[in-house]
Amino acid sequence: MFTKLLPLVAAILLIISIVGCAAPAVTVNVSAAASLTDALKEVNKLYVEANPNVTVTPNFGGSGTLQKQIENGAPVDVFISAAAAQMDTLQKEKMIIDDSRQDLLINKVVLIVPANNPLNISDFKDLVSDKVVKIAIGDPKSVPAGMYAQHIFDKYGISDSLKSKLVLAGDVRQVLTYVESGNVDAGIVFLTDAMISSKVKIVANAPDDINAKVVYPVAVIKASKNVDAARAYEKYLFGSQAKAVFEKYGFNMAGK
Amino acid sequence: MTETYLSPLWISLATVLTATVITFFAGIAAARWMAGYTGRLRSLVDGILILPLVLPPTVVGLGLLMLFGKNGPAGQLLSLLGTSVVFSWPATVIAAAVVSFPLMYLNARGAFEQVETHYEDAARTLGAGEWRIFWTITLPLAWPGVAAGAILSFARALGEFGATLMLAGNIPGKTATIPIAIYFAVQDGDMDQALILVLIVLVISFASLAALALLGNLNKRPVRAGVIVQTFKVD
Repeated sequence: MFTKLLPLVAAILLIISIVGCAAPAVTVNVSAAASLTDALKEVNKLYVEANPNVTVTPNFGGSGTLQKQIENGAPVDVFISAAAAQMDTLQKEKMIIDDSRQDLLINKVVLIVPANNPLNISDFKDLVSDKVVKIAIGDPKSVPAGMYAQHIFDKYGISDSLKSKLVLAGDVRQVLTYVESGNVDAGIVFLTDAMISSKVKIVANAPDDINAKVVYPVAVIKASKNVDAARAYEKYLFGSQAKAVFEKYGFNMAGK
Repeated sequence: MTETYLSPLWISLATVLTATVITFFAGIAAARWMAGYTGRLRSLVDGILILPLVLPPTVVGLGLLMLFGKNGPAGQLLSLLGTSVVFSWPATVIAAAVVSFPLMYLNARGAFEQVETHYEDAARTLGAGEWRIFWTITLPLAWPGVAAGAILSFARALGEFGATLMLAGNIPGKTATIPIAIYFAVQDGDMDQALILVLIVLVISFASLAALALLGNLNKRPVRAGVIVQTFKVD
């Protein structure tokens, strides 16, 4: 009888010892604006190397979509949006830990065209020309880069003439892909997005007063199940190693 | 305000009606051809024609984009003519037609194969040409199945999202069909817009189901002697 039970008991003891030996693993779910895709992946890799018991699970997308996911109960610990608007909404709805909200990064908005610039575009105002048929921007109502694009059009008074040419994308990286494919004549993205692609060319910068408004706030979500781990991760984002990575991709730290 | 709410409806109606007309004729033609085709490539051709039904819509969309995009064969041909379909209204029709074609094709073929061949053969012995046989005998007898195919492909075209978004993009007022408008309305937090469009789709869908049910009743009616008499009429 005992000899029959022995393998089972041995198996149970083995499992208990393995599980018992592992350090308690923590997962930090980060929802971040699509423009942070490459930079944040690298920052996460460094963070996990320095903190082996932490797993960072990133979720990239349009800031408006990410905000909606959080509002609907998605298990997010840290949120980084590409504009203050989405963070403001969550703050008003009391969904973030107020004292954890800080401005992390700043960025610039640029006008891009396919690499060979077949239509010879050199400025935002060139977009009203008849030879420009399709312009890709993020959906202004939910994508920060699209919102900034709309501000630029409003500032130059060209919103009405461009209205029928706009192809709206769900996030800024989709705008980049559209321009890379050559299926649209121009697009508006962040400088950092244009920098990672060799298939597009930057032809104009947004006016200074609009660039000055671009900011990436970060905050810990109130419903987070790992607030301490989330705060530790957020603190790392402001550290020198993360700063080096962000600046490599063309971001600048906010406030400094 | 009403313009924003209703624009996707007009775009969807135009797209779906155009696509259904195309798939109606293309599906019947393909079914007629395949019903008589007994060559070795039958399974292969059949598989290709049914493929859009089983592939994920995004895969269909990607395929269409690669075909009609700037570097694709059809796209390059079109750019020689000075046009492009990517991110334009015709792209919504192409996407809707491609995904709903298999439904029309399958239903039409099934309906044609169920028509008793002795009616067609009797007509042939009386000297009727193939076209005449098709229009006056085969098609009327297969009508409930063919109509069901049309209704199903209409419904599929109405609900098409993935392939449409990839090929036609989201251009409010031009290519934003109802499903695309609903998706982006939810992203924008515009729940009123989303719910109104959902309501419209529900009404249309229920109407389609009702039409299908009516057809189902028609199918159950026995073939009357009057039909046999008619096929023997010689002009």
